[in-house]
Amino acid sequence: MVLMQGNEAITRGALDAGVRFFAGYPITPSTEIAEIMSVELPKVGGKFLQMEDEIGSLAAVIGASLTGLKAMTATSGPGFSLMQENLGYAYMTEVPCLVVNVMRGGPSTGLPTHPSQGDVMQARWGTHGDHPAIVLAPSSVLDCYVLTVRAINLAERFRTPVILLPDEVVAHMREDVTLPEKVDVVDREAPHVPPEWYYPYDDSTTDVAPLAPFGTGFRFHVTGLTHDRAGFATTVPAEVDRAVRNLKRKMDRFRLEIIQVERVHLADAEVVVAAYGICARSAEAAVMQARAQGYRAGFVNMKTIWPFCFKLVERVAESAKAIIVPEMNLGQLVREFDRAVCGRTQVVPISRVDGEAITPRQILDVIAELARPGGTA
Amino acid sequence: MEKPREFNPSELMHEYLRQKKKFPHIWCSGCGIGTTMGAVIRAIAGCELDRDRVVMVSGIGCSSRMPTYVDFNTLHTTHGRPIAFATGIKLARPELEVIVVTGDGDVAAIGGNHLIHACRRNINLTVVCINNSIYGMTGGQASPTTPQGKIASTARYGDFERAFDLCDLTAGAGAAFVARGAVYYARQIEKLVVQALRKKGFAFVEVVSQCPTYYGRFNKFKSPVEMLYWQRDNTVNVKAAAKTKPEELEGKLLTGVLADRDYPEFTELYDKLIADLAAGEK
Repeated sequence: MVLMQGNEAITRGALDAGVRFFAGYPITPSTEIAEIMSVELPKVGGKFLQMEDEIGSLAAVIGASLTGLKAMTATSGPGFSLMQENLGYAYMTEVPCLVVNVMRGGPSTGLPTHPSQGDVMQARWGTHGDHPAIVLAPSSVLDCYVLTVRAINLAERFRTPVILLPDEVVAHMREDVTLPEKVDVVDREAPHVPPEWYYPYDDSTTDVAPLAPFGTGFRFHVTGLTHDRAGFATTVPAEVDRAVRNLKRKMDRFRLEIIQVERVHLADAEVVVAAYGICARSAEAAVMQARAQGYRAGFVNMKTIWPFCFKLVERVAESAKAIIVPEMNLGQLVREFDRAVCGRTQVVPISRVDGEAITPRQILDVIAELARPGGTA
Repeated sequence: MEKPREFNPSELMHEYLRQKKKFPHIWCSGCGIGTTMGAVIRAIAGCELDRDRVVMVSGIGCSSRMPTYVDFNTLHTTHGRPIAFATGIKLARPELEVIVVTGDGDVAAIGGNHLIHACRRNINLTVVCINNSIYGMTGGQASPTTPQGKIASTARYGDFERAFDLCDLTAGAGAAFVARGAVYYARQIEKLVVQALRKKGFAFVEVVSQCPTYYGRFNKFKSPVEMLYWQRDNTVNVKAAAKTKPEELEGKLLTGVLADRDYPEFTELYDKLIADLAAGEK
C-alpha cells in the first residue's frame, strides 16, 4: 500500500497501459501529470513534449498516435476548451488518444484551484458536429489508476479519443492505494491485409477498422473532412451518411461493454443517490449513514458518465421513489436522468458551485426528507 | 553536396501522384500550387527518400490540399495546426521524413504561434509555405501577407495592415534554415526544398505564388502569366543582391537561402536523453 495523489495515479495507470507519448501545456490543477510524465517517459523510451498551447498539445498527441504510439494529454477547463477543435479531429479521423480534463471551477478562468463538475456537457458535446464520446469519471485515487488504464484500452480498442474527467478533489487528494500487480492492456488492431488492399475506414469485417501506423508501408490519407472508407474526402450523400452514422454505430454496438456503474443496495432502495467523481464518495458515505439510521437508500457510482447508463436508470425509475443526483454544477448530468425517467419517479438535483465539494451531510438531509412519508424534498 | 538523382519528370509524376484515385485536382488554372507540388515531388525523389517513410502534413486551405494527391503517408489536419501535428509525428518517430505543406493564412495567421515555436524548438521538419498573399479557398480575404494597400474581399478599400515577411519572421524566431523561392523559378524551388530536406533542424521554405482567381482579379493582373512576370521582376536572388545598390533592392523580395545555421536538433537531444537514462548516466 502506498500513499498516492490522484494525478500521480493517472500517470502510473498511463505508463502501465503503455502510454509512450505525452504532449501538454501547464495548467492547474492537472500540471502534476505533465511534470511526472516528463520525468518518467524518457526512462521507458517514451517521449514528452511541452507544447506552446493546448491546441498544439492535442495536435502533437494525434500525430504521435498515428505513428502507433499510445498517446495522451492532460489539461483543465480553459485548456480543454482550446482542445475541442482537435478533439473533433480525433473523433472524425478515429485516432486513439486519451485526454485527461481535471475539472476546476468555471466558466473561463474561474476557480483554478477549486473543484467543479462543470465540464460534463462540454466533455460530451464540446466539439462541433455529431460524434460519440466515452467519458470516465474516477471517484478515488485507485479509480484514477484503474480508469486511466481502462480509458487507454477503450481508446485503442475502439479507435477513438477517450476523456478522463476527474474533478480537482479526486486529482489532488492523497489516499492509501494498492495498485494491481498486473493490468490487462489492449493494443490497437493492426491491418490483416497487404497495403494495396488496405482501407483505413473499412470496418465491414472487424468491429473497428484497423489502423496502420504511419511509416509501415500503408500509405493512406487522413483528413478531418468527411471521408469515404479509403480516407479521401467525399460529398456523396450516401457516403457522408455512412461516415457520420458509423461513428455513432461503433459506440452504440459496444455500449454495454463501455458503461461501467457500481451499484450498492439497489434491490430494496426507495431513494437512490446517483453520483460520479468526488460526489460519489459523499453519496456513498451518506447512503451508509442513511442505512444505519434505517432508511432504505441505495447508491450508484457512474464510472462511465458518457455513454449514459439509460437502461439502469430506467430500471431504477420503476422501483425507487426518488433519485438524487448531486453534482458540483447547476445540473448537467441530471438532465439525462430526467430524460431516462420520463416522470416515472422524482429526480432531485443537488447543486453546489461555490468551489467546495458536496458533503455527505447535504445528501443525507435530502435522503431523510425524501424518505419521510409524503416527503418531497 | 551530393547531386540529386536525375529523372524524367513526367514519369516521376505518375510514380508519385495518386493519379487513379484523386484526380482531377481542385486547383484553379493558373494557380501556383501545382507547380510547387511538382517541385516538391522532384525534390523528394531527388533525395531518394523512401516514400513509405515520408509523411506529408498540411492544414486547411488550397495549398493544404496537396497531401490528397501524393502517394505518401498523408495527413490533412485542422486550420493552422499542421506544424503541431508534424511535431508529434517527428518526435514519436524521428526516422520518418516529415514535410509540412501550408499556406500563408494557415501558417502565419491562425498557425503563427506554432510556426515560431517550431523555429525555436528546432525539430527536424521541412515546412513549405505556398504564399499567394490571400485566402483562396474561402474566396479571397486578406491574409497576413497581403501587401499593404492591396485589395481583398475583406479589404475592398485596400488592406491597412502591413504584410509579414515570412522569411524574416522565421529567421528571427531561430529557424535553422530559411529560404525563399517563387513559382516563376520552379527549378529553384526544387533545389531549395532539397536543401531543406537535407538540413538537420527546422527548415522553412517560402514559395511566392500566384492566385489569379482572387488576388490577381482583385488587383488588376490581366493573367496568371502577368503574375508570374511580377514574380520575376520583383525578386532578386540573395547572391545577386549582394552586388546590387540598396536603392535598387527597394521593395524587392530576396530569394535563395536566407539563413542556414546549425543548432542542436530536438529529437537528437531527446534520443540522447533516453540513451543516457538507460545507461544510468542521469
